[in-house]
Amino acid sequence: MKYPDEYGRFGEFGGKYVPETLMKPLYELEEALKDALSDSSFQQQYHQMLQKYSGRPTALTFADQLTKHVGGANIFLKREDLNHTGAHKINNAIGQALLSKRMGKKKLIAETGAGQHGVASATVAAKFGMDCKVFMGEEDIDRQRLNVFRMQLLGAEVVPVTSGNKTLKDAVNEAIRYWVQHCEDHFYLMGSAVGPHPYPMMVREFQRIIGDEAKEQFFNEFGKLPDVVIACVGGGSNAIGMFTPFLEEDVKLIGVEAGGKGVETGEHAATITKGTKGVIHGSMTYLLQNQYGEIIEPYSISAGLDYPGVGPEHAYLAKIGRVVYESVTDEEAILALETLAKTEGILAAIESAHAVAKGIEIAKTLSNEQSILICLSGRGDKDVHTLMKTKGGVENGF
Amino acid sequence: MVSNKSMFQQFDKLFIPFITAGDPNEELTIDLALILEKCGASAIELGVPYSDPLADGPVIQQASIRARRNGMNIEKAMELAYKMKERGLKIPIILFTYFNPVLQLGEKYFFTLMEKNRLEGLLIPDLPFEESGWMRKKCDEHGIYFISMVAPTSYNRIKKIAENAAGFLYCVSSLGVTGERQSFDERVSDFISHVKKYAEVPVAVGFGISSNEHVKKFFKISDGVVVGSAIVKQIEKLIPLLTNANTKQSGLQEFERFIHGLLH
Repeated sequence: MKYPDEYGRFGEFGGKYVPETLMKPLYELEEALKDALSDSSFQQQYHQMLQKYSGRPTALTFADQLTKHVGGANIFLKREDLNHTGAHKINNAIGQALLSKRMGKKKLIAETGAGQHGVASATVAAKFGMDCKVFMGEEDIDRQRLNVFRMQLLGAEVVPVTSGNKTLKDAVNEAIRYWVQHCEDHFYLMGSAVGPHPYPMMVREFQRIIGDEAKEQFFNEFGKLPDVVIACVGGGSNAIGMFTPFLEEDVKLIGVEAGGKGVETGEHAATITKGTKGVIHGSMTYLLQNQYGEIIEPYSISAGLDYPGVGPEHAYLAKIGRVVYESVTDEEAILALETLAKTEGILAAIESAHAVAKGIEIAKTLSNEQSILICLSGRGDKDVHTLMKTKGGVENGF
Repeated sequence: MVSNKSMFQQFDKLFIPFITAGDPNEELTIDLALILEKCGASAIELGVPYSDPLADGPVIQQASIRARRNGMNIEKAMELAYKMKERGLKIPIILFTYFNPVLQLGEKYFFTLMEKNRLEGLLIPDLPFEESGWMRKKCDEHGIYFISMVAPTSYNRIKKIAENAAGFLYCVSSLGVTGERQSFDERVSDFISHVKKYAEVPVAVGFGISSNEHVKKFFKISDGVVVGSAIVKQIEKLIPLLTNANTKQSGLQEFERFIHGLLH
């Protein structure tokens, strides 16, 4: 990998915009990560956990019924929804927890929006016998009661965040504040490819298993690569994991952001599509902000995409034009989710449904000689409550 | 050129108070700054309220929320410095701001505003040494002191940071964000004397200093103190008095007594 450079920059993006207190812990983390990644016994431990604990490799599914329904290119799904805990988040949580253990730190800090990363963190903490504090906005605690209870069942402490708008952005702020105070013996297990260096690089390395597997599975079956690869982008961890092995190949890559109620309405989380360059959570990237650099609260029906920034590597890939970033509205995502459920019997997370919606749209423009690979980053069980509310509940025949 | 130079001519011990611009309102921020000067402040750290103040604890976060509610932003905060000078404030003003607001103003406009509004110093808590090279250079060219910070975790970073410091060197007393602390780690004295070995500029200690006892302790082992949350908390307490025309004067008097008590 050419990027990031020694300052943690992806071109003009990335870096370490953090208080001085965190500089030393970030350097230590970077050293430990480099050391671990080049140590075959660490790699072996990581891959063994992925295989025996999370159930990897996840399947590559030919969505034949959806393909028939849509007409056009063949649609394939990389089934991250089949992971333990129901989403790709566990790949990164396992990697970082193993690293934490290797560094002798037995206390984990994590942030969570919808609760998926919180659950993944609580899960690995339980497995490795570690303490786990999950910072979660009070608003999100209200909206995601089931996941809060899940984390508690797994033995984690959920810390309600009451600062700011009480959502994911504020949970990250509070987790960082806590880390500043406890950096000597705590490990911050960040859930997405965001934050100060080396986090974006580390999360990419622990998520690239998605793309590595998918590429091999596809090639082994068809002797070629797919024409288009699509993934949803909030902070961008499943997308960077999926895209990384394809970056140097002749494959079109599309990242799908949350268009919310429409990117022209102001109620969206389409950071690359509509944002401007700035610093959020220690990293130079694109973000939603006003003229004074104050961060604007994003909106999406999907809590996992509801983030005002984006990983710096995505900002870079957008800038150099290697990946195209587009957006899909709430409505389009829900429609795709229903279509996938009814044609394939797969209930996708609303986040992942954004990628499915874009995949359906593009499949129609291609021939049946061509293939689209979509990262189905997680399953939709967690979203049933939101879907019931959106669809008007069971009484409306949904 | 101001690098390696102290921003203070002659002083016994430095007292550098922090207040948030626009908390509780513009006029009172000026009144409070003037009282701080009268009480012996060596400089004012003027805080720009921000939506995501990563390095701040709850007290300054709340002040930020109050000030932003009043429409305060980086540009108005800088103009407020000018108004302070217009009303007779003599001591230097250091703009305390997160990096993103500076970035959005753009380098050229930002420095135009710094000069126009007679701001002498700049402190950006989320712009560490590695990221601040160009900013330190620009500040130097404009005759503005870029204040650097060292923390208990800085270790082998202390030397290069201290050697490149301008104005004064801000020594973070302990791990964590801004806010009052009951006590300090015993290692703090060793840390400060280590920092003083490399610093050509005065070394002032901040984060958590909230009582007369703390001030005396750090006056003994360093060149001065930065006091933020304790003052901001007192302002918060006095808001009902300060914002009522009939009781404003007694509110300001009480603030003066508080500062006096902190220092003497």
